[in-house]
Amino acid sequence: MTSGLTRRQVLAGGAAGGAALALGLNPAQAQTWPARPVTVICPWGAGGGTDATVRIVSAVLEKELKQPFNVVNRTGGSGVVGHAAIASAAPDGYTIGILTVEISMLHWQGLTEFRPDSYTPLALMNEDPPGIQVNASSPYKTVKELADAVKAAPPGKLKASGTGQGGIWHLALVGWLTAMGLKPDHVAWVPLNGAAPAMQDLAAGGLDIVTCSVPEARAMIEAGKARSLAIMAAERNPAFKDVPTLKEAMGIDYTTGAWRGIAGPKGMPPETVAAMTAALKKVNESSEFRDFMASRGFGVRWAPGAEFGSFMEAGDKAMGVAMKAAGLAKG
Amino acid sequence: MSTLFEAIGMVCQTDVLIAILLSSIYGLVVGSLPGLSATMATALLVPVTFYLSPIAAIATIISASAMAIFSGDIPGALLRIPGTPASAAYTDEAYAMTRKGQPEMALGIGLWFSALGGIAGTISLMLLAPPLAEIALNFSTFEYFWLAFLGLMCATLVARSSPVKAIASMFLGLLVSCVGIDNPAGAARFTFGSVDLLGGIEPIPALVGVFAVSEVMRAMLTSEPPKLPYRRFGSILAGQIALTKQYVKPQVRGNIVGIIIGVLPGAGADMAAWVSYAMSKRFSKTPEKFGTGHPEGLIEAGASNNASLASGWVPALLFGIPGDTITAIAIGVLYMKGLNPGPTLFTERASSMYALYIIFILANIIMIPLGIVMIRAASHVLRAPRAAIMPVIVLLCAVGAFATGNNLYSVMIVAAFGIIGFVMERNGYPVAAMVLGIVMGTMVEQSFVTSIIKSDGSILPFFERPVSAVLASFTIAALLWPLGAWLWRLRSRPLAQ
Repeated sequence: MTSGLTRRQVLAGGAAGGAALALGLNPAQAQTWPARPVTVICPWGAGGGTDATVRIVSAVLEKELKQPFNVVNRTGGSGVVGHAAIASAAPDGYTIGILTVEISMLHWQGLTEFRPDSYTPLALMNEDPPGIQVNASSPYKTVKELADAVKAAPPGKLKASGTGQGGIWHLALVGWLTAMGLKPDHVAWVPLNGAAPAMQDLAAGGLDIVTCSVPEARAMIEAGKARSLAIMAAERNPAFKDVPTLKEAMGIDYTTGAWRGIAGPKGMPPETVAAMTAALKKVNESSEFRDFMASRGFGVRWAPGAEFGSFMEAGDKAMGVAMKAAGLAKG
Repeated sequence: MSTLFEAIGMVCQTDVLIAILLSSIYGLVVGSLPGLSATMATALLVPVTFYLSPIAAIATIISASAMAIFSGDIPGALLRIPGTPASAAYTDEAYAMTRKGQPEMALGIGLWFSALGGIAGTISLMLLAPPLAEIALNFSTFEYFWLAFLGLMCATLVARSSPVKAIASMFLGLLVSCVGIDNPAGAARFTFGSVDLLGGIEPIPALVGVFAVSEVMRAMLTSEPPKLPYRRFGSILAGQIALTKQYVKPQVRGNIVGIIIGVLPGAGADMAAWVSYAMSKRFSKTPEKFGTGHPEGLIEAGASNNASLASGWVPALLFGIPGDTITAIAIGVLYMKGLNPGPTLFTERASSMYALYIIFILANIIMIPLGIVMIRAASHVLRAPRAAIMPVIVLLCAVGAFATGNNLYSVMIVAAFGIIGFVMERNGYPVAAMVLGIVMGTMVEQSFVTSIIKSDGSILPFFERPVSAVLASFTIAALLWPLGAWLWRLRSRPLAQ
């Protein structure tokens, strides 16, 4: 009775296939997603924080959905190349990728046509707020003392870094300065190739302030070469309980952060989106993911589909304002 | 003492030993393929490390990168195609040795002195990590500027052609390094609206193009050179002990320079090899022999690039700051495996640290037998007909380039630089100097511009800071040396007459 296909099953299968074809869908999609391996694009290089995050997410997805999730690094052009590759993939659910905060910045600089709304948002997985770090031998013990010194110093005298010109940590500094009523360039920005060289230069005495996420500064802080004075977040980081938020320390309600989330090209089938968001929720709650993020000191965030979309939209607007104020936006 | 035994126990796990062996073989193969660098060998291992125990994960990275840096010398010596940028500095020298009928000598030097250099680097890591890390922390952008500038000056020292042509090639390399958006101002330069060019021109595809593809093009134009009489390779290690005794000074100098350059974040094995080769020529009693298959430079540079590999872990382990691109990847793995970098790693997790040292030593020891097998296998390349080798090389270049960015853009870069390299070589411009320009260009520009921003446009800090002043005087002395020598000759000539 159970051996072989019945006539009815064949007919039903044919009808379903026909319906799928009539709808212009790939027959594979008519089955439950995922029916074959999924490609996950990472716009940043292997070995970095984004790469590590997307790989742990893919590893758990693979276990959850019983299909391989292959991570492919499409690097170059400050993330432009990889983000473009995600947006222009076929929206069949078999190519997705990890978006980073840069997608809400690059288009303001005129470097890409893709914006947060060029994607189908699936889930926000992580956000890391910037901290304000100084050299361990610096006279400023609290962020308030530092702020007073910044205000007293002539424009451009103090130097800060954390990443390249117009990068997320540059905008974090601009946001903080603007919130204190200062000009965006009151503290001169020294463009360096990432947070690690900036922390090194801070220890070498070449810089006064470094704005980068606390996990990025962690090893230097633990080595006693640098101090974190505050973080630009709504809450303290559980791994660094004694670092206050800006609001607690100065009453300035300014928060920002570098985030990472999973998304696909625009126009993915809604049932695939639902299946994927559900799977990503399980990933976000899994102990593997949580343990990994905790071990790297990365912050866990969760926002499904549309919520992630509106999170990106809001961030995009705020970035536009900050970048125009700092003279970093084009046009 | 008990921590040491604990560490030996950690390393002697079956999974760790298998990981060392397999990743060593993997590193040897990847490093010997043109277009696949040691950095890439490491990056490709990251997904594998997810499934390994912490010590095994670190062991794969240490062994694969050490093997890859050595085996980059193999295609360089046999085919004049460097496998990794770290071998580019002395490829011509090693190839000249092969043409002289001493391929086993050239490769034996690479193997033996790489292993010794690696062990010297490890010892520096074991004994001197904290003071070395303090040196690294004294380097700000001002010091890096002088260092990169000194690196660029190696172009004229290394080249056999006229210094003017070497400088011209180097400037072309500097121009190439200007392409893209990864510059201090974040401005898109020479991108012509292309998204791919925004990312700039990576040194690896350019290197593969100018060395490998142009070599294939040359081979197509010339008739096959007289075959080297085939014979089974003689002992690969024979004579290495004698060379070790004969060239003590270059070897020690190579190790020290390699260790120092490795410790400095941002300067890795590539720069160590260049600087050491140039130093070797400068201080040699017989500089005229360089480029004709002379062992001295090979010894110094081969020791240097492997020594830098181990010392590159010093800032990575103490401050989480990468010493080179390989340790940048390794730091991610360290965090993932709960071995968070920082001074506590040396105190609270001392047994893990000892385990790491033991793995370094082990990897450099098994490099010798595995390397010999690899060299013997690769030696058949010399016997194969050229018509069979060349297409395979082109294929490997294309695959390797594709793998670096997962798109065709890098493959086009390889092709374009193949043509550029071919034209340059025909006209006597050394391509190695151009590669040096591409590798160093970003660092020179970045360190100069950021320093000027920090000093509000004043150039005084370039000479005021103590380390900076020392480096500046080296650079200026090296610049003025030829002028001084010329004046000296001018003055002494009338006397001699």
